[in-house]
Amino acid sequence: MKGALPVGAVQAHGIRASLGQQEILHGIDLTLQRACWTSIVGPNGAGKSTLLKVLAHLLPYSGVVTLLGQPLATLPARLRAQQLAWLGQSETSAEDLTVWDVAMLGRLPYQPWLGAPSAADATAVEQALRATQAWDWRARTLGQLSGGERQRVLLARALAVQAQVLLMDEPLANLDPPHQADWLGLVRQLVREGKTVVSVLHEISMALHADEMLILHEGQITHQGACADAATHRALEAVFDHRIAIYALGEQWVALPMEDDARVAR
Amino acid sequence: MKECRQPQRMAACLGAGLLLASGLLLLFGTSVGSTGFESVLNAWSDPLAWQIVLDIRLPRSLGAWTAGALLGLAGAVAQGLFRNPLADPYLLGSASGASLGVALALVFFGVSPLATHWLVRLGLTGAAFAGAVVAVLLTLVLAQGVQHTLRLLLAGVIVGVVLGALASLTMLLAPEVLQAMQAFMLGSTGLVGWSACVLMVVVWLLCMGVSWLLSQGLDALSLGEATAASLGLPLTQLRAALVLVLALATGTAVAQTGMIAFVGLAAPHLVRSVAKTTHGRLIWLSSLSGGVLLLGADTLARCLIAPQELPVGVLTAVLGGGYLLWLMRRNTRASAGTVL
Repeated sequence: MKGALPVGAVQAHGIRASLGQQEILHGIDLTLQRACWTSIVGPNGAGKSTLLKVLAHLLPYSGVVTLLGQPLATLPARLRAQQLAWLGQSETSAEDLTVWDVAMLGRLPYQPWLGAPSAADATAVEQALRATQAWDWRARTLGQLSGGERQRVLLARALAVQAQVLLMDEPLANLDPPHQADWLGLVRQLVREGKTVVSVLHEISMALHADEMLILHEGQITHQGACADAATHRALEAVFDHRIAIYALGEQWVALPMEDDARVAR
Repeated sequence: MKECRQPQRMAACLGAGLLLASGLLLLFGTSVGSTGFESVLNAWSDPLAWQIVLDIRLPRSLGAWTAGALLGLAGAVAQGLFRNPLADPYLLGSASGASLGVALALVFFGVSPLATHWLVRLGLTGAAFAGAVVAVLLTLVLAQGVQHTLRLLLAGVIVGVVLGALASLTMLLAPEVLQAMQAFMLGSTGLVGWSACVLMVVVWLLCMGVSWLLSQGLDALSLGEATAASLGLPLTQLRAALVLVLALATGTAVAQTGMIAFVGLAAPHLVRSVAKTTHGRLIWLSSLSGGVLLLGADTLARCLIAPQELPVGVLTAVLGGGYLLWLMRRNTRASAGTVL
């Protein structure tokens, strides 16, 4: 199914981006397949969040990024917002907005300016809030929720966009293990529906649940491949200076930190 | 509808309460004069008393309400725009900029802040607006944008102090405007006549309209700049329009009533302590709340030591500061799990 589609969901060529005076990304080329979950991993400071922001057109960059075959730079902002949803690291201050209001903001790209939400908007918001199990809190304000609950509402806001491509920066922050498992199920469902998910994850074991992995080091891609491939595991251990080891656990892969003694023994 | 209506009901109740309070305070404010309380309802029969109500008390009370409404609106916009509950027109330096603009206009054009001619009021408003815009832009330049809250507030304090010092220097260099400017700096609604009143109402309607049109953008901004941009909002234009609203509302209020402290900061907090709502409603409610606060303080300032009156800016500073202190203590106790 994936192979039948000629163009990747997101493609980038020759991407360079800087924060202040420092260049963070040094010429990135990539293709992210449609209907696929790709996780971006790498050591601290590798440029993972910067790359994700570039792909979302949230940072200035040089080079070309295409979204579903169209150059991102020339895509009208409203159309881009309908096709690409963003979930950033916790930066919200919307303490006084209700959960419903926050999720409804995800429908802004579809609404006329100051127009009342349509029935389709209300349905999309309800679906998103139910998918993240936040429906029961819809009348509560964000300020009344715990960190994990708040993260689920922000995820619902991103889902309410109903975009073809979802970019998520640390979406598992503050989520407890059962809700991390729910998030995995949700992503699998999105991929089955033909959506493309790209996530930056610090937890390597969670990142290994993805279909594809993109490994970043010092602003360059060192490896891109299937998460189940041994070559990906070797690249992953190498990029972390062999301070982690990948093990099979049933049908899953887990990454464990290696203490110095164990590393030497291995 | 599937969403819960409770927050909307709370906001509607608060709005109705503030409108009622505004009406009652307006009646009371027009009944208080240097001779004490004389009900405005009895003034119908006395042409002289009615003339005093029409020419002095009504424009002053209405002006106090409108200036408060402008400051409340500016406070809600500033806190939403800068995503900081401590932001208010004064902390960002725009009020100091506005007073410097007025001081320069007084010196260079030789007009009096007490002048009631509409052209003079318009000129003073223009000077205050220009000063406020320059101050906010300076703050943004010094803070290198609006992303870093602490840097923004520090930049605002620096700009406020420097422009305030320049305003003082201007007054010292031109002693003929010193007395008028001192009254102006303390904040007083005694200067407000019908021309100032009409000007403030027009600006208030304009600013309310624009900020209500942009209120969805403020809601989206509260989720963070990156999220707001990802929703397809034109952030640069949005910020520029909101900064203009902030500067125009502050500049107009300061040009007509001088430096009145804490109304812009306290009004949105007062609303939030009662009703949690979106910016579309918060802006209206903060504006109404600012109007009630300043009209209430103005009426009190005229009553407390009648027939003398206190500068209303002094009273709002004491009352507003006290209120915020109480709110801070209440929130601290609530977060510590202590029941009052």
